[in-house]
Amino acid sequence: MKLRKIAVTVSLAAIGLSAALTAPATFAAEEQFFPVLSFRTGAYAPNGTPWANGYVDYFKLTNARGGVNGVKMIWEECETAYATDRGVECYERLKGKHGGATVVQPLSTGITFALTEKAPVDKIPLITAGYGRSESQDGSVFAWNFPLIGTYWMAADVLVQHIAKKEGGFDKLKGKKITLVYHDSPYGKEPIALLQERAKMHGYELSLLPVAHPGVEQKATWLQIRQNKPDYVFLWGWGVMNSTSIKEAQATGYPREKMYGVWWSGAEPDVKDVGDGAKGYNALAMQHGAEQGSKVVKEILEKVHAKGQGTGPKEEVGQVLYMRGLISAMLAVEGVRSAQARYGKGKRITGEQMRWGLENINLDQKTLDGMGFGGVMRPVQTSCLDHMGSAWARLHTWDGKKWNFSSDWYQGDEKVLRPLVISTAGRYSEEKKIVRRTAEDCKK
Amino acid sequence: MAFFLETLLGGLMSGMLYSLVALGFVLIFKASGVFNFAQGAMVLFAALAMARFSEWIPGWLGIESLFVANVLAFSVAVVIMFIVAWLIERLALRHLVNQEGATLLMATLGIAYVLDGIGQTIFGSDIYKIDVGMPKEPVMMLESVFEGGILINKEDFIAALIAALLVISLSIFFQKTATGRALRAVADDHQAAQSIGIPLGRIWVIVWCVAGITALVAGIIWGSKLGAQFSLQTVALRALPVVILGGLTSVPGAIIGGLIIGVGEKLSEVYLGPFVGGGIEIWFAYMLALVFLLFRPQGLFGEKIIDRV
Repeated sequence: MKLRKIAVTVSLAAIGLSAALTAPATFAAEEQFFPVLSFRTGAYAPNGTPWANGYVDYFKLTNARGGVNGVKMIWEECETAYATDRGVECYERLKGKHGGATVVQPLSTGITFALTEKAPVDKIPLITAGYGRSESQDGSVFAWNFPLIGTYWMAADVLVQHIAKKEGGFDKLKGKKITLVYHDSPYGKEPIALLQERAKMHGYELSLLPVAHPGVEQKATWLQIRQNKPDYVFLWGWGVMNSTSIKEAQATGYPREKMYGVWWSGAEPDVKDVGDGAKGYNALAMQHGAEQGSKVVKEILEKVHAKGQGTGPKEEVGQVLYMRGLISAMLAVEGVRSAQARYGKGKRITGEQMRWGLENINLDQKTLDGMGFGGVMRPVQTSCLDHMGSAWARLHTWDGKKWNFSSDWYQGDEKVLRPLVISTAGRYSEEKKIVRRTAEDCKK
Repeated sequence: MAFFLETLLGGLMSGMLYSLVALGFVLIFKASGVFNFAQGAMVLFAALAMARFSEWIPGWLGIESLFVANVLAFSVAVVIMFIVAWLIERLALRHLVNQEGATLLMATLGIAYVLDGIGQTIFGSDIYKIDVGMPKEPVMMLESVFEGGILINKEDFIAALIAALLVISLSIFFQKTATGRALRAVADDHQAAQSIGIPLGRIWVIVWCVAGITALVAGIIWGSKLGAQFSLQTVALRALPVVILGGLTSVPGAIIGGLIIGVGEKLSEVYLGPFVGGGIEIWFAYMLALVFLLFRPQGLFGEKIIDRV
């Protein structure tokens, strides 16, 4: 009898304990998982590290703000070393973890090319903010790619617009010489199609000079530039290739004022060890530049770094590539928020739902100001057909110590970009036998 | 003609810098029969040490003079490279005496990875500046002969001179000193050298110290040009075709090989590149080395291996 009593008591205690232990789980916050494909080692680490730090810090800030309607952001980093094979390996390793990846941001055009065919199968969207395939702006063909707020065609278009404005009009470009010095990789080759298209329209002479990875040997390239004397040099470099180009320009006497880099060639690691030698060098700002004075940066310093939770050094917060990572994470978080508005606030969303969210981002100026991005970027509105959402950029110039904005805002010219996007995406859809999504498909 | 001369001179100066890195390979191979795959990692490690200490020392000691800071940083970097050499001998090579060449090669591969990792962990993986006062602006020469003159990069010119001086000093060290002769004896046969009383361990420490100094000089020169950062390691890959071409056992071979590769890759990029889409200089150097291998497997100045059957 006594034994039976003990058994009942123990059983009841066990039930009570298990209820007590499982009860909090009922109220535990949902979690949204983000694989972080980063490169903190290797030849491109000086540029990859600040991006990754900004990216992760924004998730920390989002959690400090209470998550997205209570849903907490969780993430796991995987080192790609900017190599396509390792990037794909990271994607495969992380895509199924923690209930499945919400979205993947490969931070490499090469990895993006490799993942473009995997994403539709796994139903995981790819955000490639400012890189990747330019034609993937066409959401009717590239349903899972999101080159948010910038593609390389748009970047090249803005650069041509800028020099046309400097010269006094597009008609003044006739006979001018433009040289593209580019990283000999899918990334570096991306702007060529647009620049050739514009060359046909305006009659400038385009010459192409590839630089082999990692880009530390450019003497022959710059000797050719010295011989050809181009009016402008466009730089499509990454990592150490950028600073080497600027140093070689200095060594061969090419004026830095006539050099224009893409937004991946216009950050602090690209110029800081060149110092005064880079004075006058220009680069595109993918909307934002170095934004140490912005509200969002102050909030990160206060809510993340002041609590000892900063991912990288405090001095880096607000630098160009840090901001790029931060904005990339913000766009992902806003995709989650947008998806939750449709599929249930406070709930964890799937990759498929995330795609809908990313196709329905609507960040107006008031929302951006409220999030601390006032003055940093312009409104973003995506749709099922337009996966870019904003085609604005401006330029900034290095003064020897810091980047300063040096132009007005430019918008990529839809009349030039759209036909190129549609025709190239069309060729891709024929080749891969993809049926274009219709307006009805978009509602799903 | 002026452009051809510019390209040629540019190639010669780059070639001299390749020779400097190639010399690191040759030194260790001559003295120990080891093909040191870690030479690139040593260049990176040394450059990072120099860059970071020249940045840290002024803060620690309150020094304002760049020259004094650089001298102190150089001294610290030399000591560090000596310690690295001693550790390599203690922890790796001592245990591999009389082993096959392939085993030693694999050991140096391991050393390369360890140095890469430790270097970036201690000193960081950013791009760091090495400012030893090298002039960055170009000068124009022979303006009266050629229209527009010939452009000479002062930094490359000075770097080539320093490299040439180091190469000459090392050649004298190898040929004319007792230690140099001992190094060559060890390279010929470990056991024979030991049997006549040459202390193998000490000789290996000396040769790795010398290779460390060579790596430091190469690291400072390349770091001043490109910044001290991970890609410096790949500079060693540029020296591989040089040693294939010049011969692994010849100091003059490293020099001549470097010059041929330097000139070959620049001329090929400028004159052949446009026909094949450009970006060919890296693989062209290897192509050139392979062609040489077909006709002279031991390289231009390497010792011909004759085996008695």
